[in-house]
Amino acid sequence: MLLVKRYRSMMMILSVLAIACLLVASPAISASGKKPYKIGGIFAVTGPASFLGDPEKKSMEMVVDQINAKGGIDGHMLEAVIYDTEGDPSKAVMGVSKLINKDNVIAIIGPSRTPTTLAVMPMIQKAKIPFISCAAGNKIVQPIDPWVFKTAQSDILAVAAIYENLKSKNIKKIGIISVNNAFGESGKEQLLSQAPAFGLAVSKSETYGAKDTDMTAQLTKIRQDNPEAIVCWGTNPGPAVLAKNIQQLGLDIPLYQSHGVASPKFIELAGSAAEGIMLPTGKILVAALLPDSDPQKEVLNAYTSEYEKKYKSSVSGFGGYAYDAVKILAAALKNSNGDKEKIREALENTNGYVGVSGIFNFSKTDHNGLSPEAFVMVKIQDSTWKLLQ
Amino acid sequence: MQEILQYLFSGITNGAIYAVIAIGFSMLYNSTELINFAHGEFVMLGSLCMVTFFGSMHLPLVPAIILTITCVALAGLVFERLAIRSVKHPEPIVLIIITVGASIFLRGIGMIIWGKDAYSIPSFSSHPPLDIAGAKLLSQSIWIIAIFLVAAVGLQLFYKKTLTGKAMEANAISKRAAWIVGIPSKLMVMMAFGLSTAMGGLAGVIIAPITMSSYDMGTMLGLKGFCAAMLGGLGSLWGALIGGFLLGILEALGVGFVSSGLKDATAFLLLLFILYVRPGGIISSADVNRF
Repeated sequence: MLLVKRYRSMMMILSVLAIACLLVASPAISASGKKPYKIGGIFAVTGPASFLGDPEKKSMEMVVDQINAKGGIDGHMLEAVIYDTEGDPSKAVMGVSKLINKDNVIAIIGPSRTPTTLAVMPMIQKAKIPFISCAAGNKIVQPIDPWVFKTAQSDILAVAAIYENLKSKNIKKIGIISVNNAFGESGKEQLLSQAPAFGLAVSKSETYGAKDTDMTAQLTKIRQDNPEAIVCWGTNPGPAVLAKNIQQLGLDIPLYQSHGVASPKFIELAGSAAEGIMLPTGKILVAALLPDSDPQKEVLNAYTSEYEKKYKSSVSGFGGYAYDAVKILAAALKNSNGDKEKIREALENTNGYVGVSGIFNFSKTDHNGLSPEAFVMVKIQDSTWKLLQ
Repeated sequence: MQEILQYLFSGITNGAIYAVIAIGFSMLYNSTELINFAHGEFVMLGSLCMVTFFGSMHLPLVPAIILTITCVALAGLVFERLAIRSVKHPEPIVLIIITVGASIFLRGIGMIIWGKDAYSIPSFSSHPPLDIAGAKLLSQSIWIIAIFLVAAVGLQLFYKKTLTGKAMEANAISKRAAWIVGIPSKLMVMMAFGLSTAMGGLAGVIIAPITMSSYDMGTMLGLKGFCAAMLGGLGSLWGALIGGFLLGILEALGVGFVSSGLKDATAFLLLLFILYVRPGGIISSADVNRF
């Protein structure tokens, strides 16, 4: 009896361990005559930021497979080693340390979030290894670190796009509500600092917790000053709760959201409350609506169809960060012979690369390389996106 | 006035949810002296089961609720049978660590079954919000408060009027004495687990339409529920109620009159203060005979 009990508890522990092991992604192995180029990926594949990390990991694997199918780079196959950060800075540091010391990768792509990126940057500087982050925070590339690049659009550009739209509607007074994590704080900072330049007054700036179930209290507070518009800065699901609360309170003022909710999931979550909401987004979301003259249209269509064919799930803009990063890196790897300094220089000289997130022009003074044209304003209408001119 | 009323409505809605979760904690603590740190995950299971039964399979409301609560309670029973009862030396610290482990395990299961996305389901009924002196009371809030009242009264009746309920109470007061008069204590503990997790499931059900359900929603809710239970006095049904509503209303007023950035801090500071003044909670188990 005792033995059976012990056996049972052992089994419990073993099964928990087994599942834990399964959750750790296993890297792909490639084979070719020449030694493969090992590139590292580090994304928040699980955890609260998995909506970023999961498509990023899939996109990275997809591009690597495509490049290998075409014979690799200068005859070298690519080998992706991908670790999961779970969105946690300490796990990101562990992962990057493994990539550098154990796997000896020649470049690293990721992490998905700003805090995890900032946490691993000192190691990148020390190891002198080309690094392309997929996170949005502006602090990553300002001040510039020679080894650090990023492909995600900065929130500076997103805020500018929203304020441009507010200005065109002659709106003067707004209320802000942002999520109390790094994404929200960074957005709030930009919203507050750029407001005067567009002639806007921020009457109230409130915050909410990422897991809050109800935000009517914050909205009630914002409502007291009769703002002409509300700008919400957060990632799903919080902003969907907020949109519902606004509808329930019967607040009849325009609501602007950040690019953090630019996915069909938001419309699904917010339901009828999503109608009329405006937000800036990378062009991927509205690829079909873009005029044929748009230079990014071809890339966008190619990425969308490849991704949807391979993973049978709809594409989000976030995977594009990793897609662009791998493609830019692949271009830089050509003729580099795996020399890190050469790769870095080639990255810095990337010019006019047309990607999913925009047209990249890296330089010594700009390691993000995007302009405000990387964003378009869209409005949600009849449960779908409508391009605003 | 309109603002204060709106804050109160918001607080009462959240408070009812915290209270239901807190009751689950208290109930289990009562029968087993165990804090189930996986309780929040049962709320998550309830919420996501509701998404499946009500949102995707379009079952009618009442069967969906009953089915959800049954599923969650069954999961609770399985948890008790496999992970808790099979422990050789059931010391509190061992059991608590097991519940922490179980919460990680359940979160993993939730992620495998429902994926990493959040889900939302429509409100139980589509009435427009009630307008009371300019403040809006949402229809789902009314549902939450009504369901909560039914559950609280039901539990009270169960403990005071039925033989099984009385047996459970007896078992909670003294296992040994209960055993001497022939109450099967193992069965009672198992029932307490079932009931407690059913309450967790119920919390998940009522919360699903107002918030977004995802596999990682449970931890914070569990923590808030635990605080509410501590605030009111662990082990007391009425304490859990008072603690839950107090926490919810204080949070809402904290947002309104202090700062939304300090929302959680305001509530937790007060918790510290109350525990300092009354270490056993507002209604400590010394004052009341548990349930």
